[in-house]
Amino acid sequence: MLYFCVVQTKPIITVKDLQKSYGDFHAVKGISFEVYNGEIFGLLGPNGAGKTTTLEIIETLREKSGGTVIVDGLNIDSQANDIKQIIGVQLQAAGYYPSLSLTELLELFAGLYNMPINTLEMLSRVGLEDKAKAKFKELSGGQKQRFSIATTLINKPKIIFLDEPTTGLDPQARRNLWDLIREVKAMGTTVVITTHYMDEAEQLCDRVAVMEGGKVIALDTPDTLIDNLVASGFERKKEVKKANLEDVFLSLTGQEWRDE
Amino acid sequence: MMAIAKASFRSITRSPSAVVFTLVFPLIFITVFGFLKGGSVTLNVALSSHSDQQNSVYIGLISNPAFSVHHDMDSVEQRTLLLKGKLDAIIDIQKVQLDSSSTYDVNLYTTMASAEKGIIVRSMLEHLIDKSNLSAAKIISPMATLKQQELKGRTYSTIDFILPGQLGFSLLSTGVFGTAFVFFNLRQTLVIKRFFATPIRKPFIVMGEALARMVFAMLGAAFLIALGHYAFGFTLINGLATVAEMLVLSAMGLIVFMGFGFVVSGIAKSESTIPPLANIITLPQFLLSGTFFGVENFPTWLQPICKMLPLTYLNDAMRKVAFEGASLLDLGPQLAVITLWGVIIYAIAVKVFRWE
Repeated sequence: MLYFCVVQTKPIITVKDLQKSYGDFHAVKGISFEVYNGEIFGLLGPNGAGKTTTLEIIETLREKSGGTVIVDGLNIDSQANDIKQIIGVQLQAAGYYPSLSLTELLELFAGLYNMPINTLEMLSRVGLEDKAKAKFKELSGGQKQRFSIATTLINKPKIIFLDEPTTGLDPQARRNLWDLIREVKAMGTTVVITTHYMDEAEQLCDRVAVMEGGKVIALDTPDTLIDNLVASGFERKKEVKKANLEDVFLSLTGQEWRDE
Repeated sequence: MMAIAKASFRSITRSPSAVVFTLVFPLIFITVFGFLKGGSVTLNVALSSHSDQQNSVYIGLISNPAFSVHHDMDSVEQRTLLLKGKLDAIIDIQKVQLDSSSTYDVNLYTTMASAEKGIIVRSMLEHLIDKSNLSAAKIISPMATLKQQELKGRTYSTIDFILPGQLGFSLLSTGVFGTAFVFFNLRQTLVIKRFFATPIRKPFIVMGEALARMVFAMLGAAFLIALGHYAFGFTLINGLATVAEMLVLSAMGLIVFMGFGFVVSGIAKSESTIPPLANIITLPQFLLSGTFFGVENFPTWLQPICKMLPLTYLNDAMRKVAFEGASLLDLGPQLAVITLWGVIIYAIAVKVFRWE
């Protein structure tokens, strides 16, 4: 228990007064937060809240307009390339090199990191070992996302960033991906994830930051945020039943994840 | 960088359009032109049905291999074919009986539909008639005789002209189309963005891609040269050294043409604007740079334009190397123009190239 407390309070990402403007439009308006080592940190918010922009700045893919970002002690302004070495990035809707098999794609990424890997072992970590010769575009939605996560793990990163990894997936594939993300966390990797599904954040994230209009308007554990809301006198209009429609769907169609 | 080159190479070899443009098209052209008979002229003439066949003009006519003499047509058919240009001439020889001797009237019908060959028929026929007249007049030592001496040179066959041109065309299309499409697509599908999240540096992405295309194009070029040489007798004056020099030229050409590709991928707004843009660059060069016919065949007002295009110089240099045995050092002017194009096009490419 003591171990956990130490780990959880040591920040691995520190964002201070981060700003980003496109011309007159201020996408990110001076936000500050910390991500602790070893946790799953959720960036929540509706579309256009600035989640992806924030993520891409930390991933070194986008220039910031102001503020400081420190990733594992490395400053993003001067050590961007060192940061790239220790992070894994999954982009929203990223494509991969055309007409290559999954094995060949992993070899490509291994080459980009200059790091030899066992491609089959990597594929089996994400449950795609029987798809080694398949092309990326032949995969189902859930398989695509799991493959994307495999590419983020090649350099044994300290932090991986997942941008809306479950958008568009069916409930089984979603749950399957949650399990994978928990496995990644269990190996000691910090996970930063964006989503606009609140059930996902509640189940998966240790702490969440809620963004709206380019600002962080709340930051805490999902439990605390709920407790705070209840303490303020909030009540749901309808009494919650012991199961919801998703539970019904999963019990009817089976929990296990299928290929398509 | 090698990882990108390897991946890109694998991707290129699996992309149908790359293979078609680099190998199949040039292959088709080379095969077609390789089998075309070059050099000899065939004159299709018909003899009218009532012609006299017992005279020296007629005998001269059928014994000359340049003439293909048709007897198997009636006069209506002859006339129709002549007007269509399928026949080059109709010859009618009539015996005119005089008191003691006989003379012949040779009537020649030619057509605008085959004007050039009509002239050849006429001059050859005149020659046959002159010969007959000379022998009829019993002149044994004529005033002037023609003595031709042919200097033995290397046989310059169609393939020697066509293959370098096709090689240039292959490099041009791989360079422009391939590069433009690949970079545009990699950008659109965020493949390049994903690369940016890894430690690879930007120039290496471009260099890796370029290297893959280079290797692919060089293999293609080597294949075309080998096929041309072994199947159609393409002249390689210094053997393997010539091949090596041609490959060096190909590499230079490809670098310049990839520059065009980068420019196109930079200025194209959508995928559908790439083909027109790329065609604006490739088609004029395809037609005007001496790929199929020499630049000197174009009207004089067009020639300055022909002489501005990089492919003109590449084709020219290729032919000089392959057929005349020129070394790269002798090709200063050609290489200078190609290099100049390279400098200009990459200056533009750096300005318009976009990563995202």
